[in-house]
Order: sequence, then C-alpha cells, then structure tokens
Amino acid sequence: MPKDGGIGTSPKRREDIRFLSGTGRYTDDINLHGQAHAVFVRSDVAHGRLNGIDTEAAAAMPGVIRVFTARDFEGCGGVPCGWQITSRDGSVMQEPKHPILAEGKVRHVGDPIAVVVAETLAQARDAAEAVMPDIEELPAVVDMKAAVAEGSEKVHDDLTSNLCYDWGLVEDNREAVDRAIKDAAHVTTLELVNNRMVANPMEPRVAVGDYAAHSDESTLYTTSQNPHVIRLLMGAFVLNIPEHKLRVVAPDVGGGFGTKIFHYAEEAFCTFAARALKRPVKWTSTRSEAFMSDAHGRDHVTKIELALDAENNFTALRTETYANMGAYLSTFAPSVPTWLHGTLMAGNYKTPLVYVNVKAVFTNTVPVDAYRGAGRPEATYQLERIVDKAARELGVSPIELRRQNFITEFPYQTPVAVEYDTGDYHATMDKLLEITDHAGFEARAEESKRNGKLRGFGIAHYIEACGIAPSNLVGQLGARAGLYESATVRVNATGSLSVMTGSHSHGQGHETTFAQVVAEMIGIDADQIDIVHGDTARTPMGMGTYGSRSIAVGGSAVVRAAEKVINKAKKIAAHLMEASEGDIELKDGQFTVAGTDKSVAWGDVTLAAYVPHNYPLEEIEPGLEETAFYDPANFTYPSGGYGCEVEVDPETGHVEVLGFAAADDFGNVVNPMIVEGQVHGGLAQGIGQALWENCVYDADGQLLSASYMDYAMPRSTDLPMFKVDHSCVTPCTHNPLGVKGCGEAGAIGSPPAVVNAVLDALNRGGHAVDHIDMPLSPARVWAAMEAARANMGAAQPAARAQETAGGRSVGTP
Amino acid sequence: MKIEMHVNGRPVSGEVEGRTLLVDFIRHDLRLTGTHVGCDTTQCGACTIHMDGAPVKSCSVLAVEAQGAQITTIEGMANADGSMSAMQQAFQDCHGLQCGYCTPGMVMAATALLKETPKPSEAEIRHYLEGNICRCTGYHNIVKAVQSASGQDVTPVAAE
Repeated sequence: MPKDGGIGTSPKRREDIRFLSGTGRYTDDINLHGQAHAVFVRSDVAHGRLNGIDTEAAAAMPGVIRVFTARDFEGCGGVPCGWQITSRDGSVMQEPKHPILAEGKVRHVGDPIAVVVAETLAQARDAAEAVMPDIEELPAVVDMKAAVAEGSEKVHDDLTSNLCYDWGLVEDNREAVDRAIKDAAHVTTLELVNNRMVANPMEPRVAVGDYAAHSDESTLYTTSQNPHVIRLLMGAFVLNIPEHKLRVVAPDVGGGFGTKIFHYAEEAFCTFAARALKRPVKWTSTRSEAFMSDAHGRDHVTKIELALDAENNFTALRTETYANMGAYLSTFAPSVPTWLHGTLMAGNYKTPLVYVNVKAVFTNTVPVDAYRGAGRPEATYQLERIVDKAARELGVSPIELRRQNFITEFPYQTPVAVEYDTGDYHATMDKLLEITDHAGFEARAEESKRNGKLRGFGIAHYIEACGIAPSNLVGQLGARAGLYESATVRVNATGSLSVMTGSHSHGQGHETTFAQVVAEMIGIDADQIDIVHGDTARTPMGMGTYGSRSIAVGGSAVVRAAEKVINKAKKIAAHLMEASEGDIELKDGQFTVAGTDKSVAWGDVTLAAYVPHNYPLEEIEPGLEETAFYDPANFTYPSGGYGCEVEVDPETGHVEVLGFAAADDFGNVVNPMIVEGQVHGGLAQGIGQALWENCVYDADGQLLSASYMDYAMPRSTDLPMFKVDHSCVTPCTHNPLGVKGCGEAGAIGSPPAVVNAVLDALNRGGHAVDHIDMPLSPARVWAAMEAARANMGAAQPAARAQETAGGRSVGTP
Repeated sequence: MKIEMHVNGRPVSGEVEGRTLLVDFIRHDLRLTGTHVGCDTTQCGACTIHMDGAPVKSCSVLAVEAQGAQITTIEGMANADGSMSAMQQAFQDCHGLQCGYCTPGMVMAATALLKETPKPSEAEIRHYLEGNICRCTGYHNIVKAVQSASGQDVTPVAAE
C-alpha cells in the first residue's frame, strides 16, 4: 500500500498545479477557429406580453451574422424538467413549456427574448442594444400566497393556476399528526422564511457550440456539473440530435454549487446556432446576466409546529411550506422541496409522527432549483429553529432537549419514508461541545458584557440524505432518470491506468481522491493513475456531481470497476505463476501465491494482458479494461453538530461571528484535507445565507440584487477561522468505501446555528426576541431589539420581515 | 490603436479599440487565459494582475492605459527554474484553492501583500484580500497559505 497516497491520507491535490500556474482550461478559455459570439437580449420586465420583436436594425449592424428569435426554434422542444411530482389528490404537477427563447410572453427579468450572433463580442453587444422587443407589461406575480389565491394573474396562461403541485408526506399520517398536535401538552409554532439565494460560482456560465459538417457531429463545451445529463436532455428533448452525434465537454469548471447541474437555454442555443450557421458560436455570461439567468436556490415560506408531551418528548411535527419554483421548472426543481426536503423532516429526532405539506408556486422570478444542500438546508433550518424556540418556551436547555429526543438506535425507519443506516448524534454533540469550549462560554459572555456587547452561542444538528440515489426508489418518486454512477478502469500495457468516471469535479478534487482509492486497491503509486472526467466522448454514461454523491456513488463505481480489473489480473497472474487463482494475493503492486515465495509484478501481468503470448486465451480475453455501473442500495446519512458563537452590538444590531465549529460524521474519509476544505466552503455559504446574502425582488418583480454591489457575498473579513472535526465515524453500511459524502454539510448545518446564536445573544441581553428572518442584517436585528423593547418583551411582529406573513420571501434588503 | 507593453518580462504589442479592457487584451489577444473574469464590476478580484508592481483589477483598466507598463500575470509567477513561487506552493500545501477560478487573482493579490507587509497578521491578510471573492474555501485555507508563504508557522492541513 502506498504510504502517503492511500485512503485516509492527505496528498496535495494534483489539479492545483494547473490552477496555480494559469494553465487550467475553463470553458471561456476555449476559442475555436471561426468562432462567432452570441449576446442574449433579455426581458427587463418581470411579466409581459411579447407582441413582436423588431430585429431589422440589429441585423443590419456591422458584423452581425444573424438575429435569432423563438420563431427559429419551431420544431425544437423546450428545456425539459427531470422530475414529476404527484399532488395529494393524485394529479400530476402542472408543467409549463420552457422555451429556448420567449414565446408570446416574458415571465421574469432576464427571460431571453432574442440572440444576436456577430463576428466579435463587441459587435454582438452593440447590435443587441438595437433589438426592439414590443412588450406590453402585465402585473407581476411575486408573492407566493397571493399567487395561489383566487383570481391571481397567471404566470402561464395555459395552466389552471400558479400552483405547480400540492404535495403531502406522508398523507396517511396527516390525521394522526393533527390529533397529536391537538392533544399535546405543548405546541411550539414558528413561521419563517428560507431566503432566496444565488449560488454564485466565481466562474460565470459559458457555452461554446461547434459543428462538424463532415461527420454531422455537434460538440458543446459547457460549464456543467454533469455533461452526460446535458447531452441526454438537450439531444433527446430539445434539439433532436442523437447521442452518437452529440458530444458534451465540461472541462475545468469554476465551481457549481448546484446551479451548474441544470440544462440551460444558452447551451441549447449555442449548439443549435453552430449547426445553423456552420461555425462555432460562443456565449459567456456576465455576472449580472448570471444573477438573472442562473437558477436560484431556497426561497421557502414555512409554518412549522412541534408538539411535545409533558416530559418534553417530541410527539408530532407538522409543516406547511410554500416553495417558489420561479417562472419555469428547472431540471431538478420539483424534487427539491419534496423528496430532498420532506424526507428529512424527522431530522435527528425520534418524533413518531411527521406530516409535511408543500405547495410549489410559479412566480415571475428566475427559476429556483438546487443550491448546495437543496431541500436539506430548508428542512434543517426549520427543525433546528423550532427546537431552539421550544427549549426557550419551556425553559430547558436546547442541548438537553435535543439529546433527549435524539435517535439512538440504528437502522432507524423515519415516519417520512427514509431509513437511516448509521449515526451517533450524541457523539457529535459531545465533540462539538468539546471543540467549542462550551464550558468556558459563560466567562466569555461576561467578558463581552463588560465590553458592551451581547454574546450568544447557537447550536444546530443536522442529518442529510446524500449519495443520491437508488434508481428504483427515485423512479417511484418521480425522477425521470436513474441516479447510478459509472466508471471505466483502463489499464495500459505498461501498468499505468486511466480511470474514466461519470462524476465531475468542479473544485472537489476527484483527480486526487479517486486516484487515492485505486492506488490503495492495487498498491501502486497514485502518479500512475489518471482520472478522466467531464467529456461524454471519454467517459461512460454517468449522472454527474451534485448532492454530495461523488465519492459515495462515483467512488463506489470506481471500486467496482477496479475490483473487476483486479479479479481478471489475478487470473492472468495465476496462469503466469502456474498457481491456483484462489491462492493469488495482490499487495503493494505484487501478485503472490499464498504460502510460496512466487511473485509477479503488476506491470508484468498488465503487459501479458496486452501481449498475450503466454496467456490463458481459452479462458479469458486479452486486454485489461472494465466498466462498472454502481446503483446505491440506499441514501447515505451524514450528520453532525454545529456551533456558532457571535457578538451582537446592541447599538447597531451588527453581528460578528467570533467562532464556528463543526463536528461531522461523514463515515470513512478518503482525504481529510479535502473534506475539511469542503466543510469550510459550506460553512461560508451557510453563514452568508444567515447574515448577509439575499436575493431581492421588489413588488413589481424587478431584481434588485443583480451584482456584487447589491448581493453581499461573504468576504475574507467577514469570517473567522473555523474549527472542523470529522473524528466521529459511523461508516456507511451499504457502499464499499463506507463513505457518506461531505460537500453540502457545511451549508446545511450552519444557518440555524448562526440564527440561534444571535437570538441567544439577544435574549441573554434581555431582548425577548423569538425569531428574525435571514439574513440577520444589522437593520433587522436592531428592529427586532427595538420592537421587543416597545412591546415590553411580548411578541414582536416587526422582528420578522413584514413579508413573511404575506408569503413573499423577497422584498426588502 | 496600437499599444505596446511588457508582459511577464516579454515585449508585446497589439491593435485594440479604445474601449478594449486590459483583461480582454491579456486573455484574447495574448492568449494568457490564467487571468479570469468573475464579475465585470471590480468587485471579485479574479482578474487581479500586477501593473508596474502594484496589484490592479484588469477588468477596470483600459488596455491603452497600460501603454508602456510592466505587466505580470499568473503565468509569470513561477520561479526562474519553472518551479512554483513560494506563494503558489503555499496555496497547494495549505489547500488554499478548490475550483481554481479565483486563485490566480488571489495569488497575485497575496503576493503584493507580502511585498508591502512581509509578515502579515491574520487580520491584515483578511483586510488585504477583502477585494478578492472566493466561493469555495471560506478563506480559511487561503489565510493559512499566505501565513505559510510569509514564513509563519501554520497548523498542518488536516491536523487541526
């Protein structure tokens, strides 16, 4: 076994060399011979009837090759949705067409209307300004609850209403839950908003379409987390290009965080236009364009009720959530508030009865889809906020209330469909309290008090379902695709390997970690192993990277393919050593015969496979290359305890994060350095959601936060050094590596920890505030403190952003 | 109009429009694609380069303004023998990058910091890098990389 590069070690990342030297190859770095440039003309109103588009002046401008409108896409499909949700009444969700370019109406600020393709980018930009759409503005649908009221303006005229679906989990539990809440000794109720986020990978989206007339083949270079899925969706459903004539390449991708999972109109456009014009066509998003065309995240408005008995045991949980879909259904959108959210509402707790209702609503806003965590942060936020509120109402410790209700026996069948295989929530709680020096908190709080500040400590526990997903299960739930992963292990004659994976790395470091796994299995140096990803022409059909699935599903596929290779190699080794196959062992790159001193090197066996002069040809074929498709038996269930310590300035409402600690159980860990980095990044995004980030629309559907001057990205000065720990390990029981996945945890567990910490600080300071909606800006925190003072500590409606009750999660900065 | 400058020690020239941005000249005309564009509004710092020794955001400088300037980009940061500079190496050692998109700008800014402040504190590092946004790392390992590159002891990665 390699001493420094196997499973559980932290070799430096091999991909860093190209990123640090400026030789990475991102999509915008690709410039093809004869390439033309595309600029999209987008709607500047939220909702309007598109009565016509005057393209004449633009078409006549210098360098313009062609101006495209919806008319050019007659015969093409719309951007498809990958999930179908069934409502409580048995009807399937309402699914509007999502055209490549707007047909008849514009439905959100940023909705593409036309595209100018010109010789240079500057010429395309100039001409785009000369395209004159005739838009008759209509009232915008922004508020979710108003959107589903009788008589509301409709986003899609051909649908019966703005309600996409009305979903319940588990419908058979509903009456029992209602009864338990009615009969409870105590019920805690909370209305809250999970604020709308913009994923904001630092690399904006880019698409380059190419067409080879001699072979009738199209190629799309794109900033995607899953090139095979883009090929399938775009080829089969939008452009009618058979897969063998379509190649999709996602080279180095500068971050994704979910928003680069989905198939976008710009990808289809560039592929289509390259065929139409017989030359490459490139589009590069500006940042402002990204804000109005990348799928957004979160945006839920929820009422949650927790029932407890007289001994403070949780007896029932009921939620009602309005989930914003935006103007069209993005690829995974319907699954996020349902199967990625409702199924996690048991959390870490043995609540026997849970009922989740979700109403998905169309509005005149950018489509909403998965963003780091996708549904699980929304579930965790609700649970961990209501448990804290219940503890405050009951006058008990939030730590002890959690401990009392933790699930302790595994496997555990939740009342919301999923079965947790392993976990130890007391262990992560213990570790968290240790690394946060919880025992020393009161002394630190006193110190803050002397300095005129309010110090608070907030805690949150989370459970997430990762490693998505068993295909037969998600098929029953409404997925229109399987969710396996694939790998091909190609051994070269001289013993080096190319491992081709359907997973895609856009910062996660697969080129390093996947090589560690294979190096450990064979016992050779990781430098002999190349990881290939991101190109449909070079990798087997795979479902890509999202949902913290790469190591759990993609890594398992690599293990299975490598096992097949090793099994075949042992047969060859047995032949070479004239031994029985069952006696062959592989260690440190050497095949040996048990109980003898016979050995043959890895490279000699691989050479024999390709130069089969002395070879068991009657038993096995020459060559050494195997493919595996791995379909997981269950989700994986990472869990953890997160703690946040803040100081609030009572004069201004400003919150400073003094410390943040994470105690995670990710099962086995392949590369601790990379895992810790993933947690750091997730924490920054979760803290950002809790304190600063907010996607804001006004009542007319105008997007107010469309640049980094308006949308507050976490910066270096905003964050502390983090304490992260992953020493609590309960390995996953059903995948070969015992891994669970770590990519989203940080963003899932951190928002409620931050909010709980701020509320702890305020309440310790005598301000009886029971909730503030994210982001906890100084203005909101200050207003909540003032309202609590004005009401003499009674409930303070002003503590919530006023739009909460109205069902709009957007509206004030 | 014609412009001339030195980029990474080599004389270069080109024909640009008056509105051509320096970053576009570097990326498109010189094909040095290590310098990235992340926001178009001078907020994110992915396009940070050195112009006459000072860090500037090249998305907000016209190419013609760089007439006669000495420009250094990420491609010019390696040591003479081709090995990575101390700052580049520290970013790898401390896992100070994930997707790599903000990284060139981050390395350019951090390198400029050490010229001004050879042994910066954590607060000084965070303050100096405030104009460079990273979405992947939460800045934790970037701060450690800069400390490490300046010769300060940092806790080894994956041991804290």
